[in-house]
Amino acid sequence: MKILIKGGRVIDPSQQIDREADLLIEDGRVASLLEDPHGDDFRSDGAEVIDATGLIVAPGFIDLHVHLREPGEEYKETIASGAAAAVAGGFTSICAMPNTKPVNDNASVTRFIIDKAREARLARVYPVGAITRESKGEELAEMAEMKDAGAVAVSDDGRPVMDSQVMRHAMEYARDHGLVVVDHCQDLHLAAGGVMNEGRYSTLLGLKGMSRAAEDSHVARDIMLAELTGARIHIAHISTVGSVEMVRRAKKQGTAVTCEVTPHHLALTDAAVVGFDTNTKMSPPLRSEEDRTALMEGVRDGTIDAIATDHAPHHLDEKMLEYDLAPSGVVGLETALGLTLTVLRHSGNVSLSRIIEMLTIGAARAFSLPGGTLAVGSPADIALIDPGREWTVEPQRFKSKSRNTPFAGWKLRGQVVETLVDGRRMIRDE
Amino acid sequence: MPFNRKDLLGIRELSVEEINTILDTAESFKEVSARAIKKVPALRGKTVINLFFEASTRTRTSFEIAAKRLSADAVNISASGSSVSKGESLVDTAQNLQAMAPDAIVIRHPSPGVPHQLARMVSASIINGGDGAHEHPTQALLDAFTIREHKGRIAGLQVAIVGDIMHSRVARSNAHLLTRLGAHVRIGGPRTLIPIGYDKLIENSEGSLTVCDHIDEAIAGSDVVMMLRIQRERMTDAFFPSLKEYSVQYGLTLRRLELAAGDCIVMHPGPINRGIEISSEVVDSARSLILDQVTNGVAVRMAILFLLIGTEGQ
Repeated sequence: MKILIKGGRVIDPSQQIDREADLLIEDGRVASLLEDPHGDDFRSDGAEVIDATGLIVAPGFIDLHVHLREPGEEYKETIASGAAAAVAGGFTSICAMPNTKPVNDNASVTRFIIDKAREARLARVYPVGAITRESKGEELAEMAEMKDAGAVAVSDDGRPVMDSQVMRHAMEYARDHGLVVVDHCQDLHLAAGGVMNEGRYSTLLGLKGMSRAAEDSHVARDIMLAELTGARIHIAHISTVGSVEMVRRAKKQGTAVTCEVTPHHLALTDAAVVGFDTNTKMSPPLRSEEDRTALMEGVRDGTIDAIATDHAPHHLDEKMLEYDLAPSGVVGLETALGLTLTVLRHSGNVSLSRIIEMLTIGAARAFSLPGGTLAVGSPADIALIDPGREWTVEPQRFKSKSRNTPFAGWKLRGQVVETLVDGRRMIRDE
Repeated sequence: MPFNRKDLLGIRELSVEEINTILDTAESFKEVSARAIKKVPALRGKTVINLFFEASTRTRTSFEIAAKRLSADAVNISASGSSVSKGESLVDTAQNLQAMAPDAIVIRHPSPGVPHQLARMVSASIINGGDGAHEHPTQALLDAFTIREHKGRIAGLQVAIVGDIMHSRVARSNAHLLTRLGAHVRIGGPRTLIPIGYDKLIENSEGSLTVCDHIDEAIAGSDVVMMLRIQRERMTDAFFPSLKEYSVQYGLTLRRLELAAGDCIVMHPGPINRGIEISSEVVDSARSLILDQVTNGVAVRMAILFLLIGTEGQ
């Protein structure tokens, strides 16, 4: 079984490749990069041909941060619908946060997620286990068993571990078992009751703000604990000037810290909350323009390792509430590429290969995941991108079960037209 | 001057011309309340629903009287608690009300932005009767009306707003309105109750907005001192140590009032806490316009209803 992706521009930052070439897939793996795109290489004889003229051929994207809601809240999303949204957005691997009901704090939940993902046969789903039992921040969860069952990292996402001693022990223990500790950095006392960024707009709108200090102080603590324990940490959805600066400094000092940014924090600021659209409510909240600028700089200088969507589906009924009562979060898998290309490439002048790096090998390295590369012999997880195609975000067309996006009606430039997982064609351009 | 809005959601969106139209219209309605028969047929056949999700006596009654003096039918709905605790969502409340074809809905709600959300869902005119700590436009308009009545102008006046600025929709709406009309507003109160960036709140303004380090600085030389209610529960949230300390440090006494201009007027949106944010002597002094504010509230709300749903106003 051979597939030839013909005539595309292959961008694979893991091998510093950016050139026109044909990509040959054999038995679900990358077989070779044919350097003579106009010749007829015998190796591609009998292959199914995908015409990639004008397209970018990239490794399939890896999203370090999604909420799949199953088990427990299948009305928002299931593992299958989330994985379908993933491949629609070019993501061939997604990391499922543990805040399901029940919490993924033991191997049986981890195995359940993996089984469901296997049944769906869409994107690869890597479970992230909880740091503490029920993510209550008190006792450690059975990290080693979860790892054996397939968990790739640990996190109490959304319910950050406030007790620094518990966090210290979590890091030490996770280090023993080769797990990255992922933290949603927020001092819950300092941010208590907050529903948006604290600043001019929260003052204007009379909504309770979450100060940047609530994120910064927690990032500072985690970096210090990482230095103390030698653990590998990953700062989830970084959103402030201060966090970017601290991660930058820690990396210079050789601390094992990585971080991710969401497309929505790159595309929007808290000015978007004016009008009280609950689809602008997320945690961490949309920040100020100053923060957005710092995130762009972090993207440019390599401080930020990965783009992660923090895909957080919520039912329409739940979002149709008062702003301060509506749940936090937005879906992101199906708009990530369009937004990042529009904001980073077309407006921010960031190179294509840097953007693809953050979506692929940058993410893979942060959690030591396989994939994110088109190296010969790797599984053929591939995204085909039309970088110039303009399209309008229509939430009713999402594969995700949920529609909670602040980008409805946005005109974006750049779209995924085909995704392959293990050489299987997942979506086709219609 | 025409007034072409479906809703009155906040002061921030209003132009100077629109504000003046409301104030001028209110002036012509004030006389109605002084008549023996306090009624004009301007809104006959119109229905106004007062939908209050928070306890209120003054504002709700004021709107009800305003509607009735214009011959509209006024209906009061008190819904305690939020839509979540009541089990009905905002959209369903909106659709049910819409089904009864009201012309205007006055809404008060503890969550900022609910009037704006509602305005997108129904065709009736929405009047914001106070949304959380966001805006309370009719209060600011009646305050401006009262100031104008007593001072003859707003431009150039020094106005101190003192107290719990953070949780006050009255302070926000007044900051927008008074500065837009050219007043210089000074903010005073405990730092714990003044949100970050408050001095950057205003836009398109002739006047200015300053946050003072001490309330005496805010009051010194003021033509108007507006005191805000302090709520008991702020104490347990560690905003200040005790009501006793608050009243000494941040309360308005006759002595402190001596810092203000000789003809300074004192205002308070009510309900007042005598002896806490304002001393009884100040409340009962000739400088206090607290009851004038209440009287003017009816006229201002008549003007707003008329401009939004009156046939001539459209």
